[in-house]
Amino acid sequence: MSDTYFEILRSGINTTVQDKGRNHMYHVGIAVSGAIDQRNYKLCNKLVNNDLNEAVIEFAYQGPLLKLKNGKINFSITGDVLFRIIRKKSIIEDGICYKNYILEDEDQIDIISTKNTVYGYLSVTGGFKLEKVWNSYSTNTKANVGANNGKKYSIEDKVFIKNSNVQINKEKKINYNPSSDNLIRVIKGTNFDFFSSEAQNFFFKKEFLVTKLVDRMGIRLSGYKLENTVSTNIKSEGLVRGVIQVPADGNPIIMLSDHGTIGGYPKIAVVISADLDRVGQYTPGSTINFKEVSLEEAQNIFKAYTDETNKYLNECD
Amino acid sequence: MIKNISNLGDAALYCDFGSEVNKKINLNVIDYFNSLSKFIKENKDCGINNITPSYNKLIISFDLSITNYAEISNVVQNLKIIGDTQNKQKKIKIPICCDNEFGLDFKRLLDKTKLSKEKILDLYLNKDYFCYMTGFIAGMPFLGDINENIRCNRLETPRVKVPKGSVGIAEQFANIYTFESPGGWNIIGKTPLKIFDQSNLDEPVLIKVGDEVNFYQISKEEYINWDE
Repeated sequence: MSDTYFEILRSGINTTVQDKGRNHMYHVGIAVSGAIDQRNYKLCNKLVNNDLNEAVIEFAYQGPLLKLKNGKINFSITGDVLFRIIRKKSIIEDGICYKNYILEDEDQIDIISTKNTVYGYLSVTGGFKLEKVWNSYSTNTKANVGANNGKKYSIEDKVFIKNSNVQINKEKKINYNPSSDNLIRVIKGTNFDFFSSEAQNFFFKKEFLVTKLVDRMGIRLSGYKLENTVSTNIKSEGLVRGVIQVPADGNPIIMLSDHGTIGGYPKIAVVISADLDRVGQYTPGSTINFKEVSLEEAQNIFKAYTDETNKYLNECD
Repeated sequence: MIKNISNLGDAALYCDFGSEVNKKINLNVIDYFNSLSKFIKENKDCGINNITPSYNKLIISFDLSITNYAEISNVVQNLKIIGDTQNKQKKIKIPICCDNEFGLDFKRLLDKTKLSKEKILDLYLNKDYFCYMTGFIAGMPFLGDINENIRCNRLETPRVKVPKGSVGIAEQFANIYTFESPGGWNIIGKTPLKIFDQSNLDEPVLIKVGDEVNFYQISKEEYINWDE
């Protein structure tokens, strides 16, 4: 029997393979990558009975149009996503997120777009037939590492699936209602005192606008210009996901999964781990308010976030 | 020695070795980096995800679902430091072609330094550089220190695309663009060598922190016919 695969009839805007990310490579300049929204990535796997570390397809805004070849699979889509399933004889079925579906040979999944968020996820039972690079499947388009030779998918590419004929498990469906809060909690950064007292004050009081410059590397914000009274450059040093750097123009930039591994702009704050999924999903035109929390509070909020993730994962059983 | 340890967010440790940029401080950072890398190999479940050495800082990120700031801070404070970075140092020779087609910023450098192209290259090539750090983009080495007479600030307006392999100068440092990338360094030539090779899974990076690098000039013909 031939290999089962998705034929990509339309690639979408930024369609890549992601997982939990690639660690232990920052020191050579390779960022962690991985799904921007880690909870949705995990739920996507769980809904098709996969190990939570299995690779999924991540798409942004307009997603791919995929045609299944040589097999029958079970799939799920998570996120805030508008999609439909085009069955044989052109029967069209509207798709529902957080639910598993059977896809027959030659059926198509048309991921039309994400709605009020940027990223969505697609999983198949058993996962995709890919090689890990440095212990991760994640596509890193900056270093050309990972699935699809580190490139985003293009039209006519094939995405091979491990299991050609899955034992279809029972229907799974959860109700997932993530908060759509615009409050992002942060811990003060290592250069917080570089900023004027007015800037320090307004950073937590003013609303910041998410500009069009949003991608897997980071989010550029605009609004109140944060005045730096010490130095607009520091000696380049390491960055992590969630760091908010402020270049000389006073507009903050939030680092996401594909960020440059080192940077030379002052760090005003760092987004707490529990809010990283949410911050990555803001579309251009959204507004953000920052709220300061202590390290201890951040750790407690993370526990609550993990408990909530586990609650949803358990609902998938 | 580490002067101060603080938290960078809730899932990273920020180790500050001082504010100056010099080889002595950087070697100390790299000693910690190497010792911690060894610790991670021996303690795979410790929760540390990444360690990023730079001129005078070491940033350690960890998985908050496994460990926390207090635990990792404790690990770092009790770490046995193996100070053998200088013994591990490799010497690497990098060929560069400084033909005007590749040396995009000679005009600017001649204006700034008031030196001839020959003199600039003479000062640039007759020098051993120390690799302080790698990163920003995969495999990019930050080498120092450049002769004071040929130091030059970054371009006022960075290039949208610096060609892969370009060798640049900015302030006291030299670098090599391992990918085509936006950038503002003054470009003096191009190397045909692959500095970052993702297909080499064991050693993807040619130049590592702590290594010693020396440049030598090749002709355009040698550049074109270069065979690794």
